[in-house]
Amino acid sequence: MSQRNIVLLIVIILLTAFALWVVLPNNPGIHIKIGSWRFDRDIYIHLGLDLRGGTQLLLEADLPAGETVTLDAMEAAKTIVENRVNALGVTEPLVQLQGDRRIIVQLPGIENPDAAIQTLRSTGLLEFVDTGDLSLPEGTVIRTTYSTAEEGAQPTPTAEAAPEATPTPATITDQVFTTIMTGRHLKSARVGTDEYGRPEIEFELTDEGAKIMADFSRKNVGKFLTITMDKVVISSPRIETPITEGRGRITSQQGFKLEEAQRLAIQLRYGALPVPLKVVETRSVGPTLGQDSVQRSLRAGIIGLIVVLLFMLSYYRLLGSVADMALLIYALLNLAIYQLVPVTLTLPGITGFLLSTGMAVDANILIFERMKEELRAGRPLHSAIEAGFSRAWTSIRDSNISTLLTCVILYWFGSNYGASMVKGFAVTLFIGVLISMFTAITVTRTFIITLFSLTGEKLREKKWLLGA
Amino acid sequence: MFDIVGKRKWYFLLSSVLITLGIIAMIISLTRFGTLFRLSIDFTGGTLWELRFPQPVTPAEVREVFVDQGYSDTTVQTTTDGYTALIRCKPLEPEVKTQIAQILFDKFGKAEELRYELVGPTIGALVTRTAFIATIAAALVILVFIILAFRRVPNAFRYGVCAIAAMVHDVLVASGFFALMGLIAGWEVDALFLTAILTVIGFSVQDTIVVFDRIRENIPKRRGEPFEVIVNRSLLETLHRSLATQLNAIFVLVAILLFGGQTMKQFASVLLVGMISGTYSSIFNAVPLLVSWELGDFGRLFRRRADKRAAA
Repeated sequence: MSQRNIVLLIVIILLTAFALWVVLPNNPGIHIKIGSWRFDRDIYIHLGLDLRGGTQLLLEADLPAGETVTLDAMEAAKTIVENRVNALGVTEPLVQLQGDRRIIVQLPGIENPDAAIQTLRSTGLLEFVDTGDLSLPEGTVIRTTYSTAEEGAQPTPTAEAAPEATPTPATITDQVFTTIMTGRHLKSARVGTDEYGRPEIEFELTDEGAKIMADFSRKNVGKFLTITMDKVVISSPRIETPITEGRGRITSQQGFKLEEAQRLAIQLRYGALPVPLKVVETRSVGPTLGQDSVQRSLRAGIIGLIVVLLFMLSYYRLLGSVADMALLIYALLNLAIYQLVPVTLTLPGITGFLLSTGMAVDANILIFERMKEELRAGRPLHSAIEAGFSRAWTSIRDSNISTLLTCVILYWFGSNYGASMVKGFAVTLFIGVLISMFTAITVTRTFIITLFSLTGEKLREKKWLLGA
Repeated sequence: MFDIVGKRKWYFLLSSVLITLGIIAMIISLTRFGTLFRLSIDFTGGTLWELRFPQPVTPAEVREVFVDQGYSDTTVQTTTDGYTALIRCKPLEPEVKTQIAQILFDKFGKAEELRYELVGPTIGALVTRTAFIATIAAALVILVFIILAFRRVPNAFRYGVCAIAAMVHDVLVASGFFALMGLIAGWEVDALFLTAILTVIGFSVQDTIVVFDRIRENIPKRRGEPFEVIVNRSLLETLHRSLATQLNAIFVLVAILLFGGQTMKQFASVLLVGMISGTYSSIFNAVPLLVSWELGDFGRLFRRRADKRAAA
C-alpha cells in the first residue's frame, strides 16, 4: 500500500469521526476561546418553517407602483420590523430585504401568526394631536398635519382583532388637526397597569419631547390632547395640569386588552415605519403538520437508504459493501455539513438530499462497471482498479457538472422571490453532488486499494465476490 | 449481440404515443382552465387554507361561509375523513381572514390551522416571470454544456441535437403526466413542479451523456465497424450502469411516495416519471436517433413497413 493511500485512509477515518461527533445528539457545540478571540457555535439541525411550523411573510412597500422607495427608507423599515420581531420573542427569526421594495420575515414556531402580522405591518405612527375643545371617541380616523409617507398614501388603519359591538367610528375628514409631536420623541414605552389592574401604556419622553409637551400643556390646560396611532384615536384625554416631567400614560376608556397594549408598546418603542407595508405573501405551516412531515421524511429517507444499500450489496457484492461504507460516510458528512454551515433543512431539501444519495451511488456504479469490464478483458486486478477509476472519471465529471449547473439556476430562481422551498432543494442537492464526488471516488478508491493490499491478486479468482 | 438499435421504430412510436397523450391532456386543460396545467396560487395569486376541524365538515357548508363574505369563487375540498378542509380562494386581507376564521370557528368549532398560504397577484406574476427566465436559462446552460462536452467528436452538432431531443421528450412526458393528473386529481403546478422539471432536465442530459461518452470512446477503437454496430455495442456496455443508477433513484423516490409526507407526493411523482422517461429516452430515443441520422433513414423507418405490406 502506498504512502499516499495510508494518509488518505487516516484522513477519511478522522473526518468520519469528526462528522460522527457533530451529528451525535446533544452535541455540546464548538466553543473556542483564545485570549479575547472567541468562537461559539451551537451545533444542531436547523429545521425550516415547513418542518417546524411557523410563518413566512413577504412585506412590500405599499406605494403606487410607479413610485420608487429609497433604499434608506427600506433599510430603516427593515430595522424597525426586525426590532418588532425580536420583541415578539420568536426564536431564530429572520428579516431580510429582498429586491428594492420587499422585506422577508420568517417567524418559526409562532403561535398566533395573525396577531404577529398585525404588529409587524402597522405603520406604528404615534401622534399627539391638538384637538382643541374636541374630545374624540376612540377609533375615530382623523387627518393630521403630519405625514410619514408621501401625501395621499393611505396608512392602514389598525383593525380590531375581533369586531365587537362598537359603533362604526366616524371618519372626520373635513378637518386637519395639528400634530404637536410624534412617537419619535418617545424614549421608552412599556405595558403597565392602572389602579384597577387594567393594562395601560406608560411612556417616557426624550428631553426635547418633554420640552415640547411642557410648553404645549402649559398653554392648553382644559383643552383636549388626542393620542392617535396610525391616524386612529386611541384616547382623547383632557389636559388637567401641565405635563412637565416628560412622563405620561395612555389609557383606553374601553380598557386595553393585554395583547393590544403589548402590541402598541412594541410599536411605540421602535418607532413608526417610514413606508407603509402590505403583506403580499404569507406561508404558514402549523406545528402538527410540520412534525408529521419530519417523521414521514425520516422514515422515507431511512427506508430509501436501506434499499439502496441492499441493492448495491447484492449487485456488486464485495465492491458493493465498499460502496455502502462510502455511502454511509457520505450521509454522515452531509448531515454534519448541514449542522456546521448551517443549512436550514426544508422538506424539498430532504428530498434533494435523498436524491443526491442516488447520484452518489451512480458514480460508484460507473466505476465498478468499468472495473468489471477491465477484469473480463483479462487485466490484473490492480490495473483494473486503476482503469476503472480513471476511465469513469470523465463521465462522472460531465454528468455532475450538469446537475450542479441546474442547482445554481434553481437557487437563483428560488432566491429571487423567496421560495425557500426551491432554494432548499437546490442547496442540498448541490452540496450532495459535491460531497459525492469525494466519497464515491476518493473514499471508495482508498477502501478498495486497502482491501486489495490486504488480499492481493487472490481476490481476482473470486469472481462471485466481485459480482463480475 | 442483442440488437437494440434495430427496433428503433417501436421506441419512437411509444414515445410519440406518450407525448401525444400528454399534449391532449394539456389541450383539454387549456379549454377548461385557460392554461396548459392547473396553476397553483404560486403563479396566479390567491389563498390556500388548510384547516382541521374538531368535527367532520362538508365542502358545501364551508364554502357557504366564504360566499356569504363575498368570495364566490372559492373551492373547498375535504379529506376522506371529513375533518380537514382545503380551501382555495382569492387573496384574503389579514383582517378578513380573522373575521372568516371566527365565523368558521363559531359554526364548526375551533379548527387547527395546518397550512395557510397567501400569494398576492403581483408576486404571482413575478414568480411566473422568474420561472420562465429560469427555464430558458437552464435550457441554454445545458445546451452550451452539451456543445462543450462533444466539441472534439465528429458531427458534434448531431449529438447535441439528439441529446436535446431526448431532453424535450422527458419534459413533455413529465409535464404531460402532470397535466393528466391535473385533470384526474386536480394537481396544480407550483414552484416545486418547475424544480422537478429542471432537475429532470439535468438528469436526462446526464444519462444521455454517459451513453454518448461510450460511443465517443468506441469509435476510434473499432474502426471499420458499421456505425450502428458500434452504437449498439456502446448501449449494451452502458446498459448495466443506466439501469442500476436509475433503480437507485427510483428506490428513493418510491420510498418518498409511499412513506413521505403528503406535500412531497406530487414533487416526487414528477421526478419519478421524469427519471424513468430520462432513462428510456437516453437509451431508446437519443441513441437510435443518432443512428437514423447517420443512416438517413428516419423518414424511411415508417415507410418500409408499408412497402413490405405492399410486397406481400
